[in-house]
Amino acid sequence: MRKVITFLKEQAQDGLLPWSAQDATAQRFHLSHAAVELIALQNGLFPARYQRNRNMIQVDEQLRLFQSRVAVIGCGGLGGYVLEELARLGVGQIIAVDPDIFEEHNLNRQILSSPALLGQPKAAVAAERLAQVNPAVTVTAIQDYFCLANGFELLAGAHVAVDALDSIPYRLQLAEYCNLAGIPMVHGAIGGWYGHVASQFPGETTVQQIYRHWVQGKGIEQQLGNPSFTPAVVASLEVAEVCKILLGKGEPLRNRKLAIDLLEMEMQEISYAPAPVTLVDAA
Amino acid sequence: MQITLKLFATFRNGRFKVAEQELAEGTDVRQVVLSLGLTEEEIGIVMLNGRHGELDSKLSHGDTLSLFPLVGGG
Repeated sequence: MRKVITFLKEQAQDGLLPWSAQDATAQRFHLSHAAVELIALQNGLFPARYQRNRNMIQVDEQLRLFQSRVAVIGCGGLGGYVLEELARLGVGQIIAVDPDIFEEHNLNRQILSSPALLGQPKAAVAAERLAQVNPAVTVTAIQDYFCLANGFELLAGAHVAVDALDSIPYRLQLAEYCNLAGIPMVHGAIGGWYGHVASQFPGETTVQQIYRHWVQGKGIEQQLGNPSFTPAVVASLEVAEVCKILLGKGEPLRNRKLAIDLLEMEMQEISYAPAPVTLVDAA
Repeated sequence: MQITLKLFATFRNGRFKVAEQELAEGTDVRQVVLSLGLTEEEIGIVMLNGRHGELDSKLSHGDTLSLFPLVGGG
């Protein structure tokens, strides 16, 4: 271990560790890229690939992101961008869940899709893409539906769950699971020019409140479809929320929902009553 | 009583963005929704004076009611 640290430090320039050095260290000491990145960050070495994260994210925070586990439920329109941004940010463990394969109607917006990948499972494609983008990230690809019944198995150990689902009933199950598992959920939804984002912390019911008038079926996305840009906008807002939640900084969209209208370029904030605090019997 | 009614996203199509409405005392949000030719199933968010509201919420003079359609895609 000491040899590894010495080798890494020798190659650092101004506290920055070039990717070539991370790669060479992995080869020389037969370590995974994840193991090398962990050792580097634990020893105050900032991987050069994250240098533009500085000084917004300090080395200890970069380590925190690397030691975080984020589950992304859905690898389509929202999920593709969410996964890409999480991997580039440096979140070390990512769970990518989606039961579907790429189809032609995904090509107008889903960043992971391309004609050559039609018919391929979205979750597996996500894992391959992220391995190319950031080899230090560990991706667990799950080709399955998320539901309350398999949540504890699929999302074990996740610090945050990101809602990139396209179904309201599955989303409500995810919200319920997150409350049972005690993890924050970043919720996003899109339809045409419109979208919204909110973060729900354990014990809160924001997502249930957002969909409390829902009876069945889909929303306006059924008529409008989704263009290339709306998922990118909403996914990026979701990742900003994940970053803040993992690092415990800033003001997340807690007990409030941001509604985005890209046609009129308007944003509205809707506030929700904070969830009642559960009083613990002191006796 | 008079309220300000704001419509968002697709609810504006063929209607308006914002309008002052004269309503009978005791009117609730559901009655306003139905008067617009909308169904309860189409409603995503009811916002009353900037906060989350309900279809059953009774309106008062000077209220601002905002209606958003259901959005659920990903």
